[in-house]
This record gives sequence, C-alpha cells and structure tokens, in this order.
Amino acid sequence: MQAPDFQLKRNNFGRLVLTAADGTICEGIYPVRAFPIAAPGEGIALLGPDGHEAGWIERLELLPAALRQLVEDELAQREFMPEILRIREVSSFATPSTWKIDTDRGEAALLLGGEEDIRRLGKSGLLIEDSHGIHFLVRDINRLDRASRRLLDRFL
Amino acid sequence: MISNTSNGLGQIPPLPEGWQAELEAGLGAQERLQVCLETDLDAGLHYCSGLLALTDRRLLARQSGEPAWRDWAFRPELSLVHHDHAGVGTLELHDEARRLATWRYTIGRNPAALRLVHAFERQRVRHISGQAIERLEADLCPKCSAPLEAGQEECPVCSPETHAPPSTRALLRLGRFARPYRWPLFWGFVLTLVSTAAAMVPPYLIMPLMDDVLIPYQNGKPIDTGLVSLLLGGLLGAAVLAWGLGWVKTYILSLVAEHIGSDLRTTTFEHLMQLSLEYYGGKRTGDLMTRIGSESDRICQFLSVHVIDFATDVLMIAMTAVILLSVDPWLALVTLLPLPFIAWMIQLVRNRLRIGFEKADRIWSEISNVLADTIPGIRVVKAFAQEGRETQRFHAANAINLTVNDRVNRIWSLFSPTITLLTEIGLLVVWGFGIWQVSRNQITVGVLTAFIAYISRFYTRLDSMSRIVSATQRAATGAKRLFDILDHVSSVPEPIKPVRLEQVQGRIEVRDVGFRYGNRSVLRGVDLTVEPGEMIGLVGHSGSGKTTLVNLICRFYDVTEGAIRLDGIDIRSFAVADYRRNIGLVLQEPFLFFGTVADNIAYGKPEASRQQIVAAARAAHAHEFVLRLPQGYDSLVGERGQGLSGGERQRISIARALLIDPHMLILDEATSSVDTETEKEIQTALDNLVRGRTTIAIAHRLSTLRRADRLVVLDRGRIVEVGNHDELMAREGAYYRLYQAQARNIDVDLDETTEPAWKVEHKAKEE
Ligand SMILES: Nc1ncnc2c1ncn2[C@@H]1O[C@H](COP(=O)(O)OP(=O)(O)O)[C@@H](O)[C@H]1O
Ligand SMILES: [Mg+2]
Repeated sequence: MQAPDFQLKRNNFGRLVLTAADGTICEGIYPVRAFPIAAPGEGIALLGPDGHEAGWIERLELLPAALRQLVEDELAQREFMPEILRIREVSSFATPSTWKIDTDRGEAALLLGGEEDIRRLGKSGLLIEDSHGIHFLVRDINRLDRASRRLLDRFL
Repeated sequence: MISNTSNGLGQIPPLPEGWQAELEAGLGAQERLQVCLETDLDAGLHYCSGLLALTDRRLLARQSGEPAWRDWAFRPELSLVHHDHAGVGTLELHDEARRLATWRYTIGRNPAALRLVHAFERQRVRHISGQAIERLEADLCPKCSAPLEAGQEECPVCSPETHAPPSTRALLRLGRFARPYRWPLFWGFVLTLVSTAAAMVPPYLIMPLMDDVLIPYQNGKPIDTGLVSLLLGGLLGAAVLAWGLGWVKTYILSLVAEHIGSDLRTTTFEHLMQLSLEYYGGKRTGDLMTRIGSESDRICQFLSVHVIDFATDVLMIAMTAVILLSVDPWLALVTLLPLPFIAWMIQLVRNRLRIGFEKADRIWSEISNVLADTIPGIRVVKAFAQEGRETQRFHAANAINLTVNDRVNRIWSLFSPTITLLTEIGLLVVWGFGIWQVSRNQITVGVLTAFIAYISRFYTRLDSMSRIVSATQRAATGAKRLFDILDHVSSVPEPIKPVRLEQVQGRIEVRDVGFRYGNRSVLRGVDLTVEPGEMIGLVGHSGSGKTTLVNLICRFYDVTEGAIRLDGIDIRSFAVADYRRNIGLVLQEPFLFFGTVADNIAYGKPEASRQQIVAAARAAHAHEFVLRLPQGYDSLVGERGQGLSGGERQRISIARALLIDPHMLILDEATSSVDTETEKEIQTALDNLVRGRTTIAIAHRLSTLRRADRLVVLDRGRIVEVGNHDELMAREGAYYRLYQAQARNIDVDLDETTEPAWKVEHKAKEE
C-alpha cells in the first residue's frame, strides 16, 4: 500500500478538502476518472474548483482504506451512468423513440434521439446517450434477456 | 385539492401527480405555495420521486417513502446552491456552518430547479427585508414559465415538440411526393389495366385452337384455315397491342418515378440545409450522404420497376382468377390452392428481411463514414503512416456488411426457390386434377391447355410478386431513413410568427445565458450588452466558451437558459435566415467552396456586381494576391480551398463578410492560424471590416484586440472581467495573467521583438 503525498478530508459543507505535501489547502476537490469506461479503477484525478489538477491517484485499490472510501463516496455522488438491465418496451423502432427500461438504479425512461447516439464499447458493450445527455450503459448485450436483446437489436 | 385562489398558485406549473394531497396536508393555513420541483433521484442517485416545494414561509421537501415533510423556514443564513454534472443536477441547502440537505434530479428538470433557486432567493430577501417583491417578468409561458416577448404567442423554449416518433408507414408517406403527378399516374394505371387485359387474350384463344381445330383434325376433320388465321391473327394482334401499351405505360410511369425520386432527394437536402448545427454535430457525413444519395435512388428504383410490376401482377392475377373461375370453377379452385401458402410465407419472411435490410443500410452508411473520414483527413493518415489501419477499418466495416447481407441472403435464397417449388407442385396438381376431369369428360382438352397456359404465367407472376417483398422492404427502409431526416425538427426552430427585422441598430444583449452541449454545461449566467457599433474583444483560455457564446449569438444553437436579444427583441422571434443575414462571420478555418474566387467572395450575396466583389477584395487586402493567380478572380479554388495558403483563404473569407455589409460582425480567431506577417495584413483588412459595426472579436493573440472598446474575459463559461486593456491590467486579475503569460511566450520567441507589437501601440496611444 502506498501512502499518497496529500491528505483529504470532508468538511461540514460536504466538500472535500485537500492538503498538499507543501501544505497548500484546496477546498472543493472533486475526483474524476480518467478512463471511466475503459479502466475505471485506474487514474483518478483530483481537481480543484478551478479545474486544475491538485492530485493524482494511480490506482484506487492501492489507497489507504479511509481515503479510498472518501474518494469512492464522492465518485458515487458524481457519477450517474445507470446500467440498463432490461428493456421493457420501446415506443417505436424509428427514432426518436422512448424506451421504458429497468436499470441498476431503478425504473426509468429514456428518449433516444437517433441511432447514432448508441455508441459501441468494445465487443458487446453499449453506451446510450439520451436526449438530455444522460448516459446509459449496457455492459454486455449478451447478458440481457432475449426480449430486450431483440428490441435493442433493431437499433444496432 | 389545492386551488389557485386559496393558495395563489398563479404562475406555477401544475403539481405533479400524487403529490397534491400530501402537500396540502403539509402546508399551514394561509401559507402560499410559490414554486415546486419534482426530483427524480435520491441521494444515492437511484430513481426515486420526491418533491421540493417553496412557499412564502419555508422550503419543504419529501421523498417518496419518507414518512413526513422536512422543512426549513427562511433565515438570513440559508442559501440554496445549485450545480450540475454529467446529467445530474444538485441542489444543496447551506447555512453558515454546514450543509443541511441535498437533492438530486436528472438534468431535464434543470429549468424548474433554476426557477426554484431564483424564487428561493427572492423569497428569502423578502422575508428578511419584509418588503413585497416586485414582479419581474410580465409575460410568462404558462407551461415552463420562461419569459415571453411581446408579440410572441408561442413560448420559444417549450413549444417545439421535437420528440414525436415518425410514423413507421414510411412508404405510404411517399404519397405526399406523388400528388403532383397524379394525372400521369392515373393514365399510367389505365394503360396498365388495358395492356394487362390484352396480355390475357392469347391463352384464351388456345381453347378454340385446341378444341375446334387441332382435336377435330386428329379425329379426321380437315383444318379450317379461315378459323386458324383468325385465331392466329388474334394472337398476334393481342401481343402487339400488349407490347405497344406496355411500352407507353412503362415510359410514363418510369418518368414519374424518376421525378418523384428527384423531388424526394431535393426536398431532403433542402430540409437538411435548414437543420441546426446540433444535428450535424451528431451525424456523420458518410451516413447523410448515403441517405440522400442511394436511399432516394433505391426508392426511385422501387417506384419505377417494382411497383409497376407489382400492379401488373396483381391485375393479372385478378383477371386470371376471374377467367379461370368463369371457365371452370372446380379446376380454378385447385389452381388457386397455393395462394394462401404463399401469402403466409411472405408474411413470415417480411419482417426478418426488413430488419436485415435496415442493418445492411446502416452498415452501408458505416462504410461511407470511413470514406468520409479518411479522404478529407488523408494528410494526417499519411503523415502518421496509418494507411494500413484505415484499410483495416474499411475492411472491418465491409466484413460486417458481408455478415449482415449474408443473413439476409440466407433467408432470401430459401424463400425464392420455395415459391418456385410451390408453383411447380401447383402445376402438378392442376395436371393431375385436369386429366382426371378430362377423363370424366367434365372439361375439354382445350380448357385444360388454356388453364395450364394461364397458370404457368400466373405462377411465374407469383414468383416475381414475391420478389416485391424484398424490394418493398428495401424501399421502406430507405424511405424511413429519408423521413428520419425530413421529420427532424430543427433545434433552432423558426418562430411561428416571425418578427420582421427592420432597421437593425446592432445592440446585442446577452441575458443570463446558460448553455450546455448534451449534459456538459459550457456557459453559465453570462450577461453582456454590446452597444451598437461597439467592438468587444472576447478573451479567455481555450475551451472557456468563447466560440460557444458566439455560436449562440449567431443562433447556430439556441440558449439552454436565458435569452439573447437584438435591439431588445429575443433573437428566437426572428426568422433564422433573416437574422443571420445581418451577421458577418469570419472563422479561424475559412471554408472555401469549390468554385471561382469570385464565387467564393460573393457567396453571401450572389447578386453582387463585379465592382462590388473587387471592392470587397481590395478592402480585405485580397485583391493583389488574387491578381497573381493564373486566372485572377476566375481561378478555381479546389475543395476546401486547396492551392491557397491559410492567410489567403482567410482574406477571401474576410472579403466574403465585407461584401454582405453586415450590422454585426463576429471574428472567431480570424488570425490565429496565420503567421505574424500575414496577420498584420489581415489585421488591416479586419480594421476595414470592423469600422462602424457591432463587433465581437475573439482572438488568441491579445494584440489583435487593440481596437476593442471593451475586453470581456471568459473563464470556464463565466464572464470574470470586463473593461478596457488598461483597466484590466490595473486590476491584475485574469486578463493580467493571460497577458503576462503571453508576453513571456513572446519574449521567448526569437522572431519577435522583445516587446509585443500592441504594447508599443499602447505606449503610442498614451503619448
Ligand atoms: N459541439 C460540441 N459538443 C460538445 N462540447 C463542445 C462542443 N463544442 C465545444 N464544446 C466544449 O465546450 C467548451 C467550450 O468550447 P469553445 O466555446 O469552443 O471554447 P473556446 O472557443 O473558448 O476555445 C469546451 O470545453 C469544448 O470542449
Ligand atoms: Mg474557439
């Protein structure tokens, strides 16, 4: 385990405060994954409120537990990429089309503006951007149930 | 029930379903609801409904599943903080010491949340000062409470309903394009009818030929030459008639189909031109090209070949059926036996084929996309020696194309022979049943022969008719993909009742503007007024939103929040083209169209005279280098202006902007891509352009902005400083730092004098 050269804690306003090795204090730190899809656990930048990088975490799992918890909590607060588990129905096979879906964050609806808003991730993953710019993830098409797959297939 | 009268709901949107009763129970007597926001996420970002309500006394909140309302009465220390990220908006309630609560919602509810924040602030101030708040906006949209301009009936924010899915009966919708040609179509149809009928005659004549000529001859009677020549004449006549009519009909109908196809293409392109930059941002060139190019061609093919064939086939089958039934009902019934089977098979195969074809089309687009990517980028491809990789990409797209088509072909290849088999079996049955009937003297040999002749045609027709399945499906997908474009409503909608733009002064007001690309918030709370004739220099780090702001002013995109006004009128209430005509735009990367230099200069004003073109080129300092080109103003400049240097292209685009003599001028890094020498020349050209116009200039090199009346410094989507150079330098803020950074760079640059050019300028001014 490697101790980072900075300290991080949460203040009363729920903001992260970073104290760098040289003693400078930066409030309102937010973590950003450098490769949210390709390698979520690697390369996490800690950005200050002005958007400048205040710290860098090479690998999340190498952090001390408390610090890691803090970063993970903050990430959980910021990251919103519901994973589609099931497609219940689609309003039409022509876009724009409204999908009723089950996600890992509960039931939701998404409005697909066009087929080009579906982006392929690797071999069997998909990233679907709805008309508000929210990203929905399909980790593996083959793990969806048959009905969902068939609906999805019409858009690919 | 919360009624408007008792609670003064006035302008607020209707309460979300299911919350009314609970909210009513939560409110005290005489307490008036101001605004509410239905949240749809909980703290852990799971979907969960909740309500945040603001009254004249306090803020109330409750999430579904929670037993009671939580509330916070107004206090001076309270503040409601709003921010959003990655599609999730957050409201936080703070007091002086800590965060009290957090609420989250998906970004679609952001406008409502911002209204809540504003209302909260107003109510808090009112509560503290004890004064009544003045109403700010007079007219509010009843649906989204965005301010409405005078003369605007439809709310520019929420009225365009862009999200209705297009009808899937795409082919029927082609009817709209067929209407202008209904008379040729009608005659074509009549001709089809007659020519098909003529084609039905020959088999009918086989009957007397058999029964009255051949069979009696076999039985010892001499051949009746008169009858034979009559019958043969009839056969020839019918054939010739069918040929002639078929010719005319095919010609008329193909002509119509060609026209419809071309109308379709032009209409789609015309519509495409009207769509906003946002649409283009999300589309790939290759895809759009295939859609307009080959899909319309496919539809045209379908109309000119397959529809005619199909109509002929249907007519022929109907006529044959009638004739057969009238000759011998029993044999006719046996003949028609395979029909239901075939219908069933067609139904079975149809859907699979359509899906397959849709996929094949998308893949085809993908192939064009690779082309559209690589060909313009060929210099980069070659520079990095990535030809192999691009070939690989093309290969991969082709491979997918093969697999998809393979699947379609597998279904299709089975389908067609199966139909043939069915027809063969049908023929067999007819032979068998016919011979049996002949043997029992129920029909004559002539009748059987005629039947066989009819139905072998009939079945070949069925076979070809089954082909229409595939053609129809292909055309339907094509039509769908075209209508996808046609149905797309521009996200920069034309107002229903456009306000006429007369006498433009050029006063631009940017009011509290927010903008996001998708879920990325790029501009926030931008407020800026540009007086007529004023020159504003927009500076800031790359990525700070300068281009975006300018895009909004040009109305390439519409603001997400707030409004932009020209001479006091929201720009969304002008007709888009009318409005843009008043803007001259010079971009960093000037785009030249394929054509002559003169054409390119006159692009915005095709009716300009040669004198005007030359004058504009002179003012833009383009005249002399144009004259050095081999054919002067008539020289062709290639695609993307190859053959001209960056500075030369830039000066042509400046001349282009000069020629339309706009009231407003926007320069987006117009001199960034050229060397300092050329920049100086362009700069003088620009000075000509700027004179007397409202100008917004973005420049990376601050020296370019020496004539600006005011400098506006943007930082991460907000305006951080406004003032002239000296004021901003004295303030030692963001601009000062920018300037320092640049001055340092210039010092390092050996080609430059130690003192940047514009610094000298300023000294000169001071003297
Ligand atoms: N079409 C677009 N889609 C998504 N984001 C964009 C788009 N255009 C610009 N951006 C982003 O918006 C921000 C502001 O961009 P821009 O206005 O071009 O900056 P500037 O002109 O100041 O350099 C940048 O972070 C950029 O990445
Ligand atoms: Mg820019």
